[in-house]
Amino acid sequence: MTDIRDAVATPAAKPGTPTLEVRDLHKTYAGIEVLKGVEFAIDKGQVKAVLGPSGSGKSTMLRLMALLEPADRGAILLNGKRIGAEDRGGRMHHYPERRLAVERRDIGMVFQRFNLFPHLNALENVALGLTSVQDVAREEAKERAYKMLSRVGLGDRDHHYPSELSGGQQQRVAIARALVLNPQVMLFDEPTSALDPELVGEVLDVMEQLADEGMTMIVVTHEVRFARRAADQVTLFDSGIIVEQAEPEEFFENPQHERTKQFLRHVH
Amino acid sequence: MLFDPEIFFQQLINPAYLWGALLSIAVAAVSLIIATVIGFFIALGNTSKKPYYRGPAAIYTWFFRAIPALLLLLIMWNALPQLIPALKADWYTPFIAASVGLGLVESAFMAEIIRSALNSVDDGQALAGRALGMKPAAVMIKVVLPQAIRTALPPTGNEFIGLIKYSSLASVISLRELLTTAQIGVNITFRYAEYYAVAIIYYLVIVTLVTLLQSKVEKRFAWSSRNAPKRSVRTLGTQTVAVATAASRRRAADEPDETAETDDELAAREAAEAAEARLEKKGATE
Repeated sequence: MTDIRDAVATPAAKPGTPTLEVRDLHKTYAGIEVLKGVEFAIDKGQVKAVLGPSGSGKSTMLRLMALLEPADRGAILLNGKRIGAEDRGGRMHHYPERRLAVERRDIGMVFQRFNLFPHLNALENVALGLTSVQDVAREEAKERAYKMLSRVGLGDRDHHYPSELSGGQQQRVAIARALVLNPQVMLFDEPTSALDPELVGEVLDVMEQLADEGMTMIVVTHEVRFARRAADQVTLFDSGIIVEQAEPEEFFENPQHERTKQFLRHVH
Repeated sequence: MLFDPEIFFQQLINPAYLWGALLSIAVAAVSLIIATVIGFFIALGNTSKKPYYRGPAAIYTWFFRAIPALLLLLIMWNALPQLIPALKADWYTPFIAASVGLGLVESAFMAEIIRSALNSVDDGQALAGRALGMKPAAVMIKVVLPQAIRTALPPTGNEFIGLIKYSSLASVISLRELLTTAQIGVNITFRYAEYYAVAIIYYLVIVTLVTLLQSKVEKRFAWSSRNAPKRSVRTLGTQTVAVATAASRRRAADEPDETAETDDELAAREAAEAAEARLEKKGATE
């Protein structure tokens, strides 16, 4: 992991500045307010687990943070610098897609449904970002992609196509695909929700290993085991707001809010 | 007057037929390329969210779907040079007029094939490409198009065969393609059966070759490690080679994955259904 930390091109932020932060984030879909002014921040090297019932807005926050969808209101800051949009004359102006593409390069995203490219084998899936985004030469990209695949335990699956891999293997390729671009923060959107129960472990193992190595991670999940073992902080989302935020021990053993207690009764 | 095999075989090896067949294929190929390029942009217009792209695309499709190919060929060859003097020049041959004319008619149909192929690509694909930081053009070229092409291939093969047959319409603008060649022979000798039989043989051979070519191309889009070239590890370090060799041993012992079969079958069925729908639609419009 050290090689990845060193390779991050963007200069480190001032101490005390969160790596990724959202302020007063609002989002409405078809008249339904999904995010109602969310404040959330993560520091370098931190791992935050985000829990909450379906439709509570936690995945939406992640997609907005990854600049995949525009926020209605609020700001997203990477190392203290605003990304995705700017305010001009009191109105919010979203940047054009080409500029957003560049800003997204510091943020890695892993999807619930993996979204691997079915026309590329595992190695090519991981190498595509290097060649088409970072302009790395083909052979070097393949070499780096192969090393990254080996790190997620799939060095022997490099020539397999997504349709020939299990869900757990596909998700590990997806993690490698995001990781190989040296993002400053990794966002996981329910990475194990689409997996058969017996395949969840192999993906969580890779994520725990990443967390141990110091990767900054926001993980939207239903996996209490991961939240307990790997997270520095656990956040509960409900109806578009953050209800509670605490260290795992405190969160699970001594929740402060009634809503948290209610939620934990269901997942335990 | 019975069927004379001697005339038949004599004509079968007549270079005029071979030349006519090549012309037919060439007109079909050039017009398919024109139709694909125009069709791609029309499809982008049709799927655009912006009305100032959608409008012109819809008008174009409406117009060229309505015009009979024969009428357009006559316009291309007879009317246009009267309107545009530059087209009276020597370079404006029946071949060019036929290729462009058929290409324009076909582009309206290719636009539909390409539009449905683009739509068939899962939204999560573009999303994943964008999340990697790829710009819109890269997402289209590296992620969406390769997958759309696979869906578009079978119906496009049908269109190509259709165009080879449509190229016979170009006889009205004095292009000596396959059918015209037969017709000219008939006009001199009145040996209808023999000359037309030769044309049948040529069309059968052409379509057989096209079908073989199509299945070869489609195999390249199978997205399976089973038909992948042998692993190349020269560029990787020695350690990697060791790992890779151990891996291939392990892989050899592996059972084929069950989900792999299901996904492939699903994709194949979707492509087949798209092709069928397309055929039905075309049948209805013609």
